[in-house]
Amino acid sequence: MSFLVLNQVSKGFGPPEARREVLRGVNLSVKQGEIVAIVGYSGAGKSTLLHLVSGLLKPDAGFVTLGGQVIEGPGTDRGVVFQNYSLLPWMTVAENIRLAVDSVFPNWTEVRRSEQVDRYIHLVNLTHARDRRPSELSGGMRQRVSVARALAMDPQILLLDEPLGALDALTRGTLQEEISRICRASGKTVVLITNDPDEGILMADRILPMSAGPGAILGPSFPVVLGPTRDRRALNQDPRFKALRAEVVAWLLGPGARPAVSVSRKLTLPDLEPEDLDIPRPLIGGRRRPRRRSEERRETVDLTP
Amino acid sequence: MADHVEISHLSKVFSTSKGPLRVVKDFNLRIRQGEFVTLIGHSGCGKSTVLSILAGLSDASAGGIVLAGRELTGPGPDRGVVFQSPNLLPWMSALENVQLGVDQVFYTASREERRQIAEYYLTVVGLGEALHQRPSELSQGMRQRVGIARAFALSPKMLLLDEPFGMLDSLTRFELQQVLLDLWNRTRLTALMVTHDVDEALFLSDRIVMMTNGPEAEVGEILHVPFPRPRRRQELLENPEYYRLREQLIEFLHVRAYTLKGQTPKGAASGGGHGPSPTAPALCAASPVTVAA
Repeated sequence: MSFLVLNQVSKGFGPPEARREVLRGVNLSVKQGEIVAIVGYSGAGKSTLLHLVSGLLKPDAGFVTLGGQVIEGPGTDRGVVFQNYSLLPWMTVAENIRLAVDSVFPNWTEVRRSEQVDRYIHLVNLTHARDRRPSELSGGMRQRVSVARALAMDPQILLLDEPLGALDALTRGTLQEEISRICRASGKTVVLITNDPDEGILMADRILPMSAGPGAILGPSFPVVLGPTRDRRALNQDPRFKALRAEVVAWLLGPGARPAVSVSRKLTLPDLEPEDLDIPRPLIGGRRRPRRRSEERRETVDLTP
Repeated sequence: MADHVEISHLSKVFSTSKGPLRVVKDFNLRIRQGEFVTLIGHSGCGKSTVLSILAGLSDASAGGIVLAGRELTGPGPDRGVVFQSPNLLPWMSALENVQLGVDQVFYTASREERRQIAEYYLTVVGLGEALHQRPSELSQGMRQRVGIARAFALSPKMLLLDEPFGMLDSLTRFELQQVLLDLWNRTRLTALMVTHDVDEALFLSDRIVMMTNGPEAEVGEILHVPFPRPRRRQELLENPEYYRLREQLIEFLHVRAYTLKGQTPKGAASGGGHGPSPTAPALCAASPVTVAA
């Protein structure tokens, strides 16, 4: 049975006369414990979709249910990891996580709450940095704090909104492996938003490409038939990886995701030799003619895709 | 065939508070007319330094560069540069931004012809409907399209691309790589690109020059990319040879970029105390290919 369901969900922004439809009739169902990656263009509506689940946005049409309950607003049963980390700058790593634990588990004893904080700091390998403030951490470390904070609330579902988008390529690679390991170990249901097809393939059980907006829809579901441990260099030689990568990219670059804009235009390109600007320009009266590479040739281009 | 670009014994030394730092040491490279060459390497290996010396934005400490039989001494419109961020003038429309350089280089042409040149290149990169929009009204990907059109519109002798898509998301990057390649197919300008994206290098280049890790980075190995042109990404992704070359590049960047310099490969270089990756064994038996310059 599906744990998270989006049924014919539409969402738009702006006043009625200048409305921009972002999502149009999106359907999605995610099983418990499944890791699903939604891969799409910037500005397509991926984050909008995620925030319909987090409860920060409400759908205009259709509905979203989690564990059979319609989502009415934000709640601690959904942990969100944002691209910009959203840590409180005046609090240490431990205090940031503690804040979340205190709000979700007010009935727990002091000792139990401290243990919970330490357990998740350890899980993301930050024990050595537990008393540092966010400004004293690298981007990758901050994002690990953010992941620990989300998981420490023991949410039913983890929502990752381009969690690695702001990091450099090397750190991103390391964290992709680390976060997917943590997610799998936790057994949580995860929805990952990313613009990188490789990241989706590396981390998820299933890829859902999203078309470019406006009025974005989700494409076909691509199951990732690779084992749970994925080494990026070994994957490079795996024929299943290559085939999947080619299919996902083909869908995203194809007409289903990007409707071809049919522009047909006649253009003229004068075929001229650039002037050497080191040679002084002639004074007024001595105007030279441009040097044509070929006297008559004027290229006419018909831009029909 | 005669070499169009000849980079000989190029060195660059920066003076720092800790004494001189040699970033580039004895860099040699020859590029044929119409060839697309990529420099790939980790950050700090000096690849952008080489490119900015070629662009004339930085002086070489030693060595020199000859382009089409003339030694380079400073910046000039004979080299079209595509920067990581396109640095458009914010008060000018896309058309005006492109035409700014065109008006200089083609000053003998008529006003109408100069406009045609700018309009042609902007339309070919997909901005036919956005000629009169200012940079603030364009997305980041569209701004970079203007940057590409601006470089090509000068009909330069050489194209220099400094991580041209580094700031874009992966799908926009895919699109713009295709735009660049389509335009390049029409013009076949001699090009030198700097990137650390393995797929980008394979998709665009005829030859990939792999740089060892800095400081004092050197040319480590050279890879010839045999795929016929014009290239389509889909065909490449289905080609088994593509993944073999990709593996070779990744292997170099992960292992040999370090071992060739007598350094230990960084397997997992994240902010938080990880040892070297267990998946980086001693695979450095292949002897380095030195540049026959």
